[in-house]
Amino acid sequence: MKKELVVSAIENGTVIDHIPSNAVYQVIRLLGLEKYEDEVLIGTNLKSEKLLRKGIIKIKNKYFTNQEINKIALVAPAATLIKIENYEVIDKREVEIPDHIENFVKCMNPKCVTNNEVVPTRFNVVDKSDLKLRCHYCEKITTKETMRFTE
Amino acid sequence: MSNLKGRNLISITDFNKEEYLQILDIAEGFEKNPKQPILNDKVVATLFFEPSTRTRLSFESAANQLGARVIGFSNPAATSASKGESLHDTITMVSSYSDLIVMRNPIEGSSRYASEVASVPVINAGDGANQHPTQCMLDLYSIRKTQGTLDNLQIALVGDLKYGRTVHSLVQAMCNFNATFHLVSPTELKLPSSVKMSIKEAGLKYYQYTDIKDIIGVADIIYMTRVQRERFPDLMEYERVKDSCILTADILKGCKENMRILHPLPRVNEITTDVDATPYAYYFQQAQNGVYVRQALMSAILGVR
Ligand SMILES: [Zn+2]
Repeated sequence: MKKELVVSAIENGTVIDHIPSNAVYQVIRLLGLEKYEDEVLIGTNLKSEKLLRKGIIKIKNKYFTNQEINKIALVAPAATLIKIENYEVIDKREVEIPDHIENFVKCMNPKCVTNNEVVPTRFNVVDKSDLKLRCHYCEKITTKETMRFTE
Repeated sequence: MSNLKGRNLISITDFNKEEYLQILDIAEGFEKNPKQPILNDKVVATLFFEPSTRTRLSFESAANQLGARVIGFSNPAATSASKGESLHDTITMVSSYSDLIVMRNPIEGSSRYASEVASVPVINAGDGANQHPTQCMLDLYSIRKTQGTLDNLQIALVGDLKYGRTVHSLVQAMCNFNATFHLVSPTELKLPSSVKMSIKEAGLKYYQYTDIKDIIGVADIIYMTRVQRERFPDLMEYERVKDSCILTADILKGCKENMRILHPLPRVNEITTDVDATPYAYYFQQAQNGVYVRQALMSAILGVR
């Protein structure tokens, strides 16, 4: 671990490692960290073996449920989650793309009801390796290329 | 037999094979005896957020012949939706006035959403380019009626296979019945690969052609759709291919005796009028069958069949 701690260590909280550098700000937004009131340490363009340039986010005194955190797999599929207590790593796992996605991805179809009425989006993930989301409403497929996030 | 009472019909995948067959069996009863006062204590709401006279009249005729009262609108300009009322509020209000909602709306996915808001069942009468499941069910009814079975048939689909939603739904549905598909279209309007994929996944075969003459001898059903000029960026290309998907009485020589021609209507020129008098033309009866199928759906969903 020591080698990885380019950004200073936290006593308690969550470290999200191996985020592609260009996805760091998306992850912050997806997790709503702009509004988080305790310390958040952000590193980008760090040298990495796994990624060419990686980002890392450390969130003090915060633990996430799987449901809260798994959505970041859409932008950072290789991200690692590290739980820290008393400066010790107590759990480490990779994020997983969930089977269902609600609310934070927009449907790519401009004629979809979710883009025309106040209706939260719902998707079933039909392909996890080559990311494909089928809209629960209009049944159209949103891909990695057409994916946009709700405001 | 599954109990269809209270169920929504939004997408063709909402019902399984047995449930389709159940509806077709009920529809046969209505074909023999279409006027039965079994829904005379029911109110059916037909909400047409875009005009579709043919579909609306079919639903309303079906409901009326069973004694139901019909309320609703066929012109969205005259409704509160045009004053900015949300779909949520319109559906909530109509739920309290009716026992069943039939909705057509150009917004895709609107019917699924309406079914989640409504306290009564919803039948989708078309949501934009997405789904129109009652059309698919009347197609199945017509195929079974003319062939005596839905199993192991040679189904030819002709015309605009790319944008034609009725074609996509029919292919999906016929994948349950071991069909072989013969796909005739201009190269620009081929069946989308996602739909071809569902044929492959069902372990079935399809063949592609560009000229309708090539499938006349093999087809049990020829399902015609219109090739619209607007689909072609190049008018020359349209002129070159437009006749290759037109069915004439002359071409029909050499077809199978049991072959029947279906078309979701309205037709323009893709079936010449000299075909109408042949024993193979079935498209007008097909439209008529829509009333029996919709009677079956409404009475099953309202729990009286
Ligand atoms: Zn959608």
